[in-house]
Amino acid sequence: MKFTKNVKSGVYEFQSLPEKLLLKGGTVIDPSQNLEKRTDILIEDGKITAVEEINESHFSGVVMDVDGKIVSPGWMDLHVHLREPGREDEETIESGTLAAANGGFTAVCCMPNTNPPIDSQEIIQYIKDRARDSLVEVYPIATITKKRAGDELAEILDLVEQGAVAISDDGSPVMSAEIMRRALEYSKMVNIPVIGHEEDITMTADGHIHEGFVSTCLGLGGIPSVAEDIMIARDIMLAEYTGGRFHVAHISTRKSVELVREAKKRGVQVTAEVTPHHFTLTDEAVRGYDTNAKMKPPLRTADDIEAIMEGLQDNTIDAIATDHAPHSWEEKASEFIYAPFGIVGLETALGLSMTKLVHSKKLSLSQLIEKFSTNPYRILGLEPPSIQKGMNANITVFDPEITWTFDEKQSLSRSHNSPFIGWKLTGKPHLVINRGKLFSSILAS
Amino acid sequence: MAIMESEVKRIERLSSRHLLGLDGMKAEEIQLILDTARSFREIIDRPIKRVPTLQGKTIVNLFYEPSTRTRISFELAEKRMSADIINFSASTSSVKKGESLIDTVRNIAAMKIDMVVMRHSSPGAGHLLTRVLDANIINAGDGGHEHPTQALLDMMTIREKKGRLDNLTIAMVGDISHSRVALSNIYGLKTMGARVLVCGPSTLIPREIERLGVEVYHNIDDIIPQVDVMNILRLQLERQRKGLFPSLREYHNYFGITRERLEKATRPILIMHPGPMNRGLEISSNVADSEHSVILEQVTNGIAVRMAVLYLLAGGPSEIH
Repeated sequence: MKFTKNVKSGVYEFQSLPEKLLLKGGTVIDPSQNLEKRTDILIEDGKITAVEEINESHFSGVVMDVDGKIVSPGWMDLHVHLREPGREDEETIESGTLAAANGGFTAVCCMPNTNPPIDSQEIIQYIKDRARDSLVEVYPIATITKKRAGDELAEILDLVEQGAVAISDDGSPVMSAEIMRRALEYSKMVNIPVIGHEEDITMTADGHIHEGFVSTCLGLGGIPSVAEDIMIARDIMLAEYTGGRFHVAHISTRKSVELVREAKKRGVQVTAEVTPHHFTLTDEAVRGYDTNAKMKPPLRTADDIEAIMEGLQDNTIDAIATDHAPHSWEEKASEFIYAPFGIVGLETALGLSMTKLVHSKKLSLSQLIEKFSTNPYRILGLEPPSIQKGMNANITVFDPEITWTFDEKQSLSRSHNSPFIGWKLTGKPHLVINRGKLFSSILAS
Repeated sequence: MAIMESEVKRIERLSSRHLLGLDGMKAEEIQLILDTARSFREIIDRPIKRVPTLQGKTIVNLFYEPSTRTRISFELAEKRMSADIINFSASTSSVKKGESLIDTVRNIAAMKIDMVVMRHSSPGAGHLLTRVLDANIINAGDGGHEHPTQALLDMMTIREKKGRLDNLTIAMVGDISHSRVALSNIYGLKTMGARVLVCGPSTLIPREIERLGVEVYHNIDDIIPQVDVMNILRLQLERQRKGLFPSLREYHNYFGITRERLEKATRPILIMHPGPMNRGLEISSNVADSEHSVILEQVTNGIAVRMAVLYLLAGGPSEIH
């Protein structure tokens, strides 16, 4: 059964859920309620009406056999660049949410470094309107400061009123400790996290990759790990002082993981996310000058990856987020120092995480799902989706064992700036259900 | 005279079609280039300085960064070998109109050229070219990465003067962080069995450089008694950001190579500099012009080395008659 292709136009789109849908024989893993068992799920009019074994012979709706697959609450990517408005050639809300669904996500948070940036109610409304018919819910993250310029707080209360779930000047670190302090203090009133892209830019102006042996060998300016560490240290202190909530975006260094671990022990309200590429690749991937190995923070060392793994295991790192950053071919096909930072990630996150974390015995399936579903919602102070009778059907189904090859022709993003094209991954998105819609992943189809 | 350790086996051609750097190049390949350069060296001193070796080959000199000596040296090497040459520099090109490097190069490729010599401010620019061009690519300096023909001509000069490269102690002095000359020399000299020291202010030594097998020093007086050769690097004022050292005055006082300093040497030290020199800054005039200085011989050898590289990349003896 093919649910995704619009036969008339040949364009991929979300499909309406059948009135009655039975997901038969899957293994349901839902960390939000400590559930892990093989059972059926009945969905009627977009709502879960039963989580129990159901006899097919008396059932009149559509049955989908999900035997051998994992059925989990829908996944959320906390860190996505949808590029709309401003760079619709690279991604749109439509293409980005299709790519998200293709990768197994039912929700994304979109970063505010659009043009214009998400620093007004109008832009938030625009994004909500554009995402209205998508299966994938789009949660806007607004800017911390007006125009992301780092000088003056944006109208945070207004932005939250309109639907912003967090604030961040992602890509442009807030260099003023005073502004960061006030942002943490002010955002407390509406109980949202301040998300930090942690980089002291006075130290990274000439930097292109991680500063270390590889940058020395390649003659490229370095981005030292300490430029991340000192900002995380600063913002932990500010969160502790103000009582605000601080979320570390794309953590990448050993010291940073240690700082977050110690802060959590002290009771500071700090959470952290890591991207799949930061636990998969080291700066060795830059040899040969592949611009798809250029991102911020940069790929670090094997020792940093080891620390990240430990941080994922002991919950110092709460969530996995992709930092999906589409860039045009033209921009990435330039000289290394002129190429923009960032790679796409929505469609490889599940495969990389299954391969590098679950099949490598670092995390259990339940821990992985927690970091992709339950925790991202909790970081934002939102109720996570749950597979229970009476709840809206917000579900991610994936195949944990299948080995497949990532082929950009099966990507629904408008940009293909990924270092993982051609990689063999074990574990693949199968389908997602949300908002009365359904989408079957076309990856490896 | 024993030019080289005899263990290095003899080969006739290079393993790569391109010369992007000395990183990863084998000792026998470096030896082949240096031996070939030595045989070409004699042509430069002839009354009629031209051989037909590269007749019919078209070479583009693609210079995205200002360069005088490297560009002229390549151009002369190409002319001595009778190649057809085209010079393209950023100031006279479509670069200013915003054309991408890949498009520029594809256009050049459509004109059916055989070899490209490129200088560019981005490390790895040559690697990018190899992915879109069928021609042989020669890196004439890519940002702070490599400048392989400079290191080869340095090695040729050292070998000429000292009779060998192995078991010599060679210091690269000055701004190591921003120097493609330093990096190429380190790769090449280590492969050839030399002991390599780097000496400069700690803010101009890149991180983890010891892992390349070099010894790091910050005091010129510590290295002078040990070294056979000093390769004094140009202070790359244009390429570095501000604040890496306090003043030119202090730099000269602590890291400038002066006659007084060299008097502490226990044996003659060969003085080299890749040029252009900042006289009175990293090197004083009475050192640059002293009897131990081989700076101008480096320049002459540069042509021979570039002739050798062009010849070998074009296919060597099996392709060219």
